[in-house]
Amino acid sequence: MSLTNYLVLASVLFTIGATTVLLRRNAIIVFMGVELMLNATNLVLVTFSRMHGNLTGQVMAFFVMVVAAAEVVIGLAIIVSIFRTRRSASVDDVNLLKS
Amino acid sequence: MHSLFSVAVQTAPATGALQSGAWLLVVVPLVSAAILMLAGRRADRWGHWLGVAASSFSFLLGLGIMFSLTSLPAAERVRDLHLFSWLSAGTLTVDAGFRLDPLSLTFVLLVTFVGSLIHVYSVAYMEHDRDRRRFFAYLNLFVAAMLLLVLADSYLLLFFGWEGVGLASYLLIGFWNHQTPNAVAAKKAFIANRIGDLGMIIAIMLMFATYGGVDFATVHGHVAGTAPGTLTAIGLMLLLAATGKSAQFPLQSWLGDAMAGPTPVSALIHAATMVTAGVYLVVRSAPLFDAAPTARLVVVIVGAITLVFGAVVGSAKDDLKKALAASTMSQIGYMILAAGLGPIGYAFAIFHLVTHGFFKAGMFLGAGSVMHGMDDQVDMRGFGALSRYMKITWITFGLGWLAILGVPPFAGFWSKDKIIESAFVPVAGSPWQAWVFGSVALLGAGLTSFYMSRLFFMTFHGTRRWDDGSGAAPALAAGTTVDLRHQHPHESPRLMTVPMIVLSIGSVAIGWLLSLGSGIVGWLEPVTGHVAHEADPVLPVPVLMTVTLALVAFGILLAWRQYAAVLVPVVPPRGSVLTRAARKDLYQDDVNDALLVEPGTYLTRSLVFGDHQVVDGGATGLARLTVGAGSLLRRVQNGYVRSYAATMLIGLIVLVGVVLAARI
Repeated sequence: MSLTNYLVLASVLFTIGATTVLLRRNAIIVFMGVELMLNATNLVLVTFSRMHGNLTGQVMAFFVMVVAAAEVVIGLAIIVSIFRTRRSASVDDVNLLKS
Repeated sequence: MHSLFSVAVQTAPATGALQSGAWLLVVVPLVSAAILMLAGRRADRWGHWLGVAASSFSFLLGLGIMFSLTSLPAAERVRDLHLFSWLSAGTLTVDAGFRLDPLSLTFVLLVTFVGSLIHVYSVAYMEHDRDRRRFFAYLNLFVAAMLLLVLADSYLLLFFGWEGVGLASYLLIGFWNHQTPNAVAAKKAFIANRIGDLGMIIAIMLMFATYGGVDFATVHGHVAGTAPGTLTAIGLMLLLAATGKSAQFPLQSWLGDAMAGPTPVSALIHAATMVTAGVYLVVRSAPLFDAAPTARLVVVIVGAITLVFGAVVGSAKDDLKKALAASTMSQIGYMILAAGLGPIGYAFAIFHLVTHGFFKAGMFLGAGSVMHGMDDQVDMRGFGALSRYMKITWITFGLGWLAILGVPPFAGFWSKDKIIESAFVPVAGSPWQAWVFGSVALLGAGLTSFYMSRLFFMTFHGTRRWDDGSGAAPALAAGTTVDLRHQHPHESPRLMTVPMIVLSIGSVAIGWLLSLGSGIVGWLEPVTGHVAHEADPVLPVPVLMTVTLALVAFGILLAWRQYAAVLVPVVPPRGSVLTRAARKDLYQDDVNDALLVEPGTYLTRSLVFGDHQVVDGGATGLARLTVGAGSLLRRVQNGYVRSYAATMLIGLIVLVGVVLAARI
């Protein structure tokens, strides 16, 4: 398998994730978009790790996973509490910080 | 022609306990003023006596120092007392020190003697004023500042006292500043003085630029060899300073308004302190003026103009105090004229200043006594026949009146006649000067006689023009329709009459006393120089004396005919053009308003406008720009998470693009 294939796959995944974040209103879906972007990045890190033959990239990927796991815990908690108070999981309804 | 032989006077350091303690002259009244101001109401019961004591102490010490000087030979009577090194900046080093010499001691004695009497008088005069303590604090400050002025041994220290005098006069003229006209009068005096002070500052700077020092020894010692233009400039600037302080033309307008202060203040300003400072300055700067004939000529002209100006104004004023103020202006004009005549006039200027100090203080205190008995009324048209009710005031005032007229053997005769004679002495190169200035001085003597007699007769003689409550209607001029004021004239208490009596004795005797032997002229010689008598006035002295006395007699007669022999109208008649102009100070205020105040107002207004438009405009414009930019940027903060995310993404893409573009 050539490097290009991995990178193209990662780019596609990242673009899908970013588009999801920008276009979808449901906070859960937006969250999934974020996860997709993180894992696209992980894929690039692991690919380069393998190409170069050292473990640095893989270690970085583990870090990203741990951070993503932590982020998911906090993010889901926030989304749940917002849903409880506002009866909605739409990110456009959470605009209290405006001006 | 008079020639000047400078007595070779060397200044020597002060010796003896009295001379070394000369700093107490200034410090004691100053400390007393500080105590009176800081002690507050606690000092109300004894504060005024502390003021009297401080002033009297200075007088006694001054007397002691004078005797310590008279025991020395004339050539050693100039003593320098070094106090401390005052300031040192670059090449300018100024030591604070006092110069004890006949001139400064003459002033010290005049200021403290007359000043102490006025203090005593004020104890009774201000008895019912709840701020009497504050009044005495200011009086002491006034005396201290004046003493500093005359004792200083450098122009800079003199300037310090000069400003102190200005401050104290401001505080005292505006003592009753809860009434707006008084506060305005105080402000006017202060501002007119500031203009004079500007001249003083420029003169000091010129001296520093030319001589590198501002003490009398340095400046006076290097006069020879200075460019005549510089000397003239310094002389004219000193004259400007003198005109401000001494109420000379064209800065005389404040003096009449200064009558807003309590009467003892007027006496102090007119007799002992303040207005005499200008004469002192000119005489003290004698070496400078001797070398600058142009400046001296201007001094004489200013004196001559003011002399006539004051006399004309004094002839029309119905306000007792303002008429006296105009008289002061005129008499100071005599002194300035004499000082401008040069070496032959310096001593006579000081002589007249001393005699004037006595009789004018006496008359002002007399005026205060009249006001005290007449319910603070000052309009002389509402007086008349007061001689029957205030015997002591009448006699003491009458003696002062005879003294200012120059009737022999009263004080004014000795000093004023000398000035008139000196004015008639021809000056080399311009024979017209003797005739012009001599005639002006003569005319002034006649006018003085008229307006002072008018004042005296209107107040003390004639018929009464007030309601004594008896129901008997006094004889009044035909056509009088106004109601008379109800008055109970009475003599003033002992504390007020005693100073008046002492001063009237001075008015009688001081002229004669100071002419004994070599007199005050000989006493002042170490400062003013010895004048060898070589030329006579253009007219023989007996002729001048006769003409002067004839003019004086004529003035008295005229005043008697107009203001004592006939019934004086209670309401001032319309009068001639000149009378109406003189009542308004010859429109001096209007001229000042038109020439200075109005343009000044416009200037400040345009500056305020410019400040609002340009300076404030710049500041507010910048603020408005910031606000506008902020409200534009605020739109970006729309609260939608997705738009923030998009911004971040776009920013990231741009960043990556830039980084890559730099690589490639």
